[in-house]
Amino acid sequence: MAGTDNNSLDGLVGRDYAAGFVTDIEADTLPPGLDEDVVRFISARKDEPEWLTQWRLDAYHGWLEMIEPSWGQVQFPAIDYQSISYYSAPSGDQPKTLDDVDPEILATYEKLGIPLHEQAALAGVAETQQRPPVAVDAVFDSVSIGTTFKETLREAGVIFCSFTEAVHDYPDLVRKYLGSVVPRGDNFFAALNSAVFSDGSFVYVPENTRCPMELSTYFRINERNTGQFERTLIIAERGAYVSYLEGCTAPMRDENQLHAAVVELIALDDAEIKYSTVQNWYPGDEDGRGGIYNFVTKRGACRGDRSKISWTQVETGSAITWKYPSVVLRGDDSVGEFYSVALTNNHQQADTGTKMVHLGKNTRSTIISKGISAGQSSNAYRGLVRMNPGAEKARNYTQCDSLLIGEKCAAHTFPYIESRRPDGIVEHEATTSRVSDDQLFLCRQRGIDPEKAVSMIVNGFCKDVFRELPMEFAVEAGKLLEVSLEGAVG
Amino acid sequence: MNLLEISDLAVSVGNQPILRGIDLNVCAGEVHAIMGPNGSGKSTLANVIAGREDYQIDRGRIALEGQEITTLSPEERAHRGLFLAFQYPIEIPGVSNMEFLKAAVDSHARAAGDPEITAVDFMQMARSAAEQLGLNPEFLKRGVNEGFSGGEKKRNEILQMLILKPKVSILDETDSGLDIDALRIVANGISAFTNTINAVVLVTHYQRLLDHIEPDFVHVIANGSIVRSGDHSLALELEEKGYSWLEND
Ligand SMILES: Nc1ncnc2c1ncn2[C@@H]1O[C@H](COP(=O)(O)OP(=O)(O)OP(=O)(O)O)[C@@H](O)[C@H]1O
Ligand SMILES: [Mg+2]
Repeated sequence: MAGTDNNSLDGLVGRDYAAGFVTDIEADTLPPGLDEDVVRFISARKDEPEWLTQWRLDAYHGWLEMIEPSWGQVQFPAIDYQSISYYSAPSGDQPKTLDDVDPEILATYEKLGIPLHEQAALAGVAETQQRPPVAVDAVFDSVSIGTTFKETLREAGVIFCSFTEAVHDYPDLVRKYLGSVVPRGDNFFAALNSAVFSDGSFVYVPENTRCPMELSTYFRINERNTGQFERTLIIAERGAYVSYLEGCTAPMRDENQLHAAVVELIALDDAEIKYSTVQNWYPGDEDGRGGIYNFVTKRGACRGDRSKISWTQVETGSAITWKYPSVVLRGDDSVGEFYSVALTNNHQQADTGTKMVHLGKNTRSTIISKGISAGQSSNAYRGLVRMNPGAEKARNYTQCDSLLIGEKCAAHTFPYIESRRPDGIVEHEATTSRVSDDQLFLCRQRGIDPEKAVSMIVNGFCKDVFRELPMEFAVEAGKLLEVSLEGAVG
Repeated sequence: MNLLEISDLAVSVGNQPILRGIDLNVCAGEVHAIMGPNGSGKSTLANVIAGREDYQIDRGRIALEGQEITTLSPEERAHRGLFLAFQYPIEIPGVSNMEFLKAAVDSHARAAGDPEITAVDFMQMARSAAEQLGLNPEFLKRGVNEGFSGGEKKRNEILQMLILKPKVSILDETDSGLDIDALRIVANGISAFTNTINAVVLVTHYQRLLDHIEPDFVHVIANGSIVRSGDHSLALELEEKGYSWLEND
């Protein structure tokens, strides 16, 4: 070695998780454990109609009969579902407006850089000129603590509110669509969510309406030993368009916490839904202690002809990620897209990918997956492309690239293709590359320090996906990668 | 003044000695040429000077402007004004040339405690350097060396040199792979860049580059040692006779 400096790609030190603080507030938290009474308690606490209580109980009984999926390329000790608390909410009455929200909580979001004041958000616009305002629904542990820009959105006819509010204010819509994309018994974690889901976001965009701003939900787990089980339901009527972004963080804790969400999207004729996720749950420390188990079911239904659903995800957090945002392409000429960046470092594990189910004629899907593994992490892409008999001239293009940083990490690719159409076109390309010492040396010879060099190389690798993110989030995603990679070199 | 001073540098990989005691002094305002057969250690020397870590330094020292740099990281050496144009420039897919260059320039400014150059000024600087080398400015938007032809990659190395303005530039076979016109353009670029306070070390196999850039000294490396040093006429002699006559000495 030349001298004392030894920046080998294998060296690992701690990483910095800026969102890892705890907010000190009073909370009403159910004691750990799950039974019928807990399900009834949650439902009663939310003042839900009888049909929904029953729906939850059916899900619960179904769940009791199910077993955890074991096919993922992930390993973790058995989860004790009786040691988790299924409901936690800040004490006191549910705030009516954002002004009623505990200042400690508002400060939390401020610290995380999430604008919860419309005033502030608007001032921000004036300052930076072209940064458009974003409406935010903030979910803190089990409940939504407020949604911004409701009025502006209502004028456009767009409904954006917490799931709890939607159950009260738009019961017909909720009843019609809830579970219509992800049935209660779809899988183990979806069933669990259906039984105990606490809150989440609801979006409804009426016919021929372009939602006037980006919508986003920001999920925050704060309490210890709680699980977070939120549900998101987005409905785009004929000719509607909406772009939605989800962000998530949690404090640093030594024990693992479970996050089992369900997201359902419905696009009718000519409608388009763009759903982006920047997932930054606490990933655990460098020895693999703690971190979130992110077991999520996300599915979109392109019910209408010429409808389009795109999932874009940047997954940098969580100890374990297990999710496959999928699209069921029922409408003729409908389009499904999946753009994914999944980065694992230290001991993180990710098994993520998508399912594109082609049912209608001329349906098209595109899958671009970029997996980055560093440290001792494991990163798997798992994707299914199915073309049913009715999917005349369906087409899929899949590109699946893995980038390895160092020698101790692993990348896996599991593509499944089930085509019942001789005229269907399925293209699959896969590459695996490494951040090479030559690339690193080139950067360093030009004066760029190794951490910056790796983050630049990784960002370059992810470019095709970042392009799909809303502008302001693309920048954020780039920064997030940089932070998540901290310690991957050095 | 001695810009680059190498004394008794011996380097090995594994237990295999590659450089066996190199001495080389390069002063401001000078152009040196290093020639020698394939596998004689020219690139190894260039890489070790730049701080590549895959080599074992057995003895000797490297100094830049009188200060020892043998233990410094590659980026610190770069910040002090050392530049290496690679024999085989590598691709960095998805990272635009522009972004890469800006990161490099910013890192130099930071190390020097200078303010960051504005995006507009930077663009102008990059454009004019590209033009000087006969490269379409569109080129700056493409990924670093991504899909570049062999000659384009070499020109891109010189582009980086023109922008970073190093004190000592080691150009490892920048001439190979260039067509006749490109060779002239690149050579002119290098000539125009040389001045009384910087220095250039050209590693080359061919006299033709030296037709464009007159070297003050020519050194021949064989089997890890400098076996002969002379002026430009040595290069002409080599062109005529090859290397075998030196090895017989
Ligand atoms: N990292 C390495 N590992 C093993 N051997 C090496 C390494 N780097 C260089 N060598 C060996 O050292 C010797 C000198 O190589 P070097 O690349 O310096 O030669 P060169 O003079 O630049 O040759 P050319 O004219 O072909 O470019 C060669 O035998 C080469 O195989
Ligand atoms: Mg060489």
